[in-house]
Amino acid sequence: MDRIAGIINLDHEQDLMDELTYFRCGAAVPFAGRYRMIDFTISNMTNSRIEAIAVFARRKYRSLMDHLEQGKAWDLDRKRGGLFILPPDWNDPTDLSRGDLQHFHNNIDFIKRTLADYIVVSGSQSICNIDYRDVLDAHKQSGADVTVVYTKVRDLQPEHNLAHKLTIDDSGRVAAIHNDQQSSNVYMDTYIIEKDYLYYLIEQCIAHGCAHFFLDGIKGRLPEINIQAYEYKGSYSLINSVESYYRNSKKLLNRSSHDELFKEDSPVYTKIKNEAPSKYARSSNVTNTLVANGCIVNGHVEESILFRGVKVGKGAVIKNSIIMQRCEIEENAVLENVILDKDCTISSGRTLIGAPEKPFVVAKSKTM
Amino acid sequence: MKTKECVAMLLAGGQGTRLKSLTKKIAKPAVYFGGKYRIIDFPLSNCSNSGIDTVGVLTQYEPLILNNYIGIGSSWDLDRNYGGVSVLPPYMQSEGGGWYTGTANAIYRNIEFLDRYEPEHVLILSGDHIYKMDYSSMLEEHIEQDADSTISVIPVSWDEASRFGIMNTDDDGRIIEFDEKPDFPLSNLASMGVYIFKWEVLKRYLLEDEEKDNSSHDFGKDIIPTMLQDGKHLHAYKFEGYWKDVGTVDSLWEANMDLLKEDPELNLSDNKWRIYSKNPNQPAQYIAPCATVRNALINEGCRIYGSIDTSVIFYGVHVEDSAVIKDSVIMPNVKIGKNVKIHRAIIAEGSNIEDNSVIGDPNPDSQITLVAEEGSVMASSYATIIK
Repeated sequence: MDRIAGIINLDHEQDLMDELTYFRCGAAVPFAGRYRMIDFTISNMTNSRIEAIAVFARRKYRSLMDHLEQGKAWDLDRKRGGLFILPPDWNDPTDLSRGDLQHFHNNIDFIKRTLADYIVVSGSQSICNIDYRDVLDAHKQSGADVTVVYTKVRDLQPEHNLAHKLTIDDSGRVAAIHNDQQSSNVYMDTYIIEKDYLYYLIEQCIAHGCAHFFLDGIKGRLPEINIQAYEYKGSYSLINSVESYYRNSKKLLNRSSHDELFKEDSPVYTKIKNEAPSKYARSSNVTNTLVANGCIVNGHVEESILFRGVKVGKGAVIKNSIIMQRCEIEENAVLENVILDKDCTISSGRTLIGAPEKPFVVAKSKTM
Repeated sequence: MKTKECVAMLLAGGQGTRLKSLTKKIAKPAVYFGGKYRIIDFPLSNCSNSGIDTVGVLTQYEPLILNNYIGIGSSWDLDRNYGGVSVLPPYMQSEGGGWYTGTANAIYRNIEFLDRYEPEHVLILSGDHIYKMDYSSMLEEHIEQDADSTISVIPVSWDEASRFGIMNTDDDGRIIEFDEKPDFPLSNLASMGVYIFKWEVLKRYLLEDEEKDNSSHDFGKDIIPTMLQDGKHLHAYKFEGYWKDVGTVDSLWEANMDLLKEDPELNLSDNKWRIYSKNPNQPAQYIAPCATVRNALINEGCRIYGSIDTSVIFYGVHVEDSAVIKDSVIMPNVKIGKNVKIHRAIIAEGSNIEDNSVIGDPNPDSQITLVAEEGSVMASSYATIIK
């Protein structure tokens, strides 16, 4: 069996999430009622039998560390391998590297020491359910230097403007990597590469003063290196802005979209909270809603997502909204097209209404 | 080696025959409760929350599920470097061996386990009850009173008192008499099956009791009465709060329904006293546009398209549209088809209820229907009623 190691590189992720990333990086944004964005990539990796994972974190990673702990929730509290949260080392006076190359350089020991022959490098913004072993099979079969993962998006949205797109020739080889807004081949910020070759490319990049490993080390070497494209065909959401977060969260209220992401044989793992089951009072009226555990619902909720431990008072009305952990919506409050970050309190009788295409976002721990 | 002040021994070998086919393949402590838990989660969480980090779990009857569930105790934070959870099944020795013959015999057979920790006190628990209790304050009172044994008691209503082991105490809480299921109770303080003993005293009594041929080797029947006779200092610790023996199908159903009351006596959402359990790792529950949910406890991984009223729904349950579930308990991973009607029933784990089935009796005086063959398929409008 080939061993694969994983790197989750958060260094160059665009952040248009406003209030949601005031206190945390995008990877730590709560999603789908009980997860954080990064749970999907980590679970994909562990479901693909990847047992050594490094997270390259640079900014606002306090909440991420609190969430990931020692990786126990993903079965990553291992003697061999396991989970490593790796900030850059700012103290090395001989270090010439810049950009995310600094990460690769400072943490080169992770790459050197791993028993794996291949490394999957991914971001955290592509929410999907993928088996990287299939990518590896394709990679080995094609004999590529690097295999990049993409998906075809029929209905392009503003968030895809920020993604890289691929031009692929008939043999499946990548001819160009660009930002063409019309192209539907959306690069999923994921590639697989042989460990020794990755090591070689990192050295080369640093020697040439590069600052972005993917753009300079991989894209910049087209066409001399063989980059193959692997098409992923499952559920896919790219989340890099408030609008894409809101739209893709609400997409999960559709049963088939939900089932494509949450599969019984490749479950998504997250930190355990030990909340009681959710309680629906006699006065509650809940429809088309995802509810996590520990909620106490007395009011009316429709087309919404309630995270763990949310309390909804009598007579409160919540529509088209996303309510994060431990928020309290008091009696007779009205929320429509709203995203409430964690620990917010909406006092009784208040009304907050956002626009359907641009939800009103309330930052963490606010009382309205 | 370090010594432990108090080690807990949890008796988890009970069969729970009155729970009928719910305990055909599992021991009573492994029976589901409250939408998410197994009964044993309560004593184990109580230990964890009370700062008791060494727990011996004595298993005997159908231990597979229980052993697997307990694992190394990490769900209750009881995976410790020194101490933690140890599962203690009966075992063979050079001079023979065999099953645990009684509650006292089970502890007697594990004297070596207890001696490893040289505890000053031993807490004896049973895996059959639903309650939240701080054992550390009971231990404090036990030490303060310098009692040889402290027995936790709960006031029960006088008309029920003859169903319990009743403790008659003096004004200081010293037990003067123990009445097992008395016809004419003199007190309403019932034993909860929670005991703390000075280990050196208990050890002596266990060794003596084992020599007696006519003993049933039981705490309630043998050890406690003998200690009383000998004039040992037995103290009653008064517990106030929710405590329920879920020994029968009806009482299990009732205890689940208790959670649906406006202000339930047993608060499962108390952040300071969480009840831990093994996590099934399922996505958030989904309540569909056509669903109606009133007065219910629902867990993760559920998909509700039908109507739920006054019911407790465990994780991974799928309820199809036009199904009606009222006054019922639906255990994990049950699939309920279209147009199914369920009233006053307990549906066991993994059951598959076919479309148009009708189960249970809506009449409030009727007995609770139990559908309990794992993976059983209910044919249309047919129900096994196990009474």
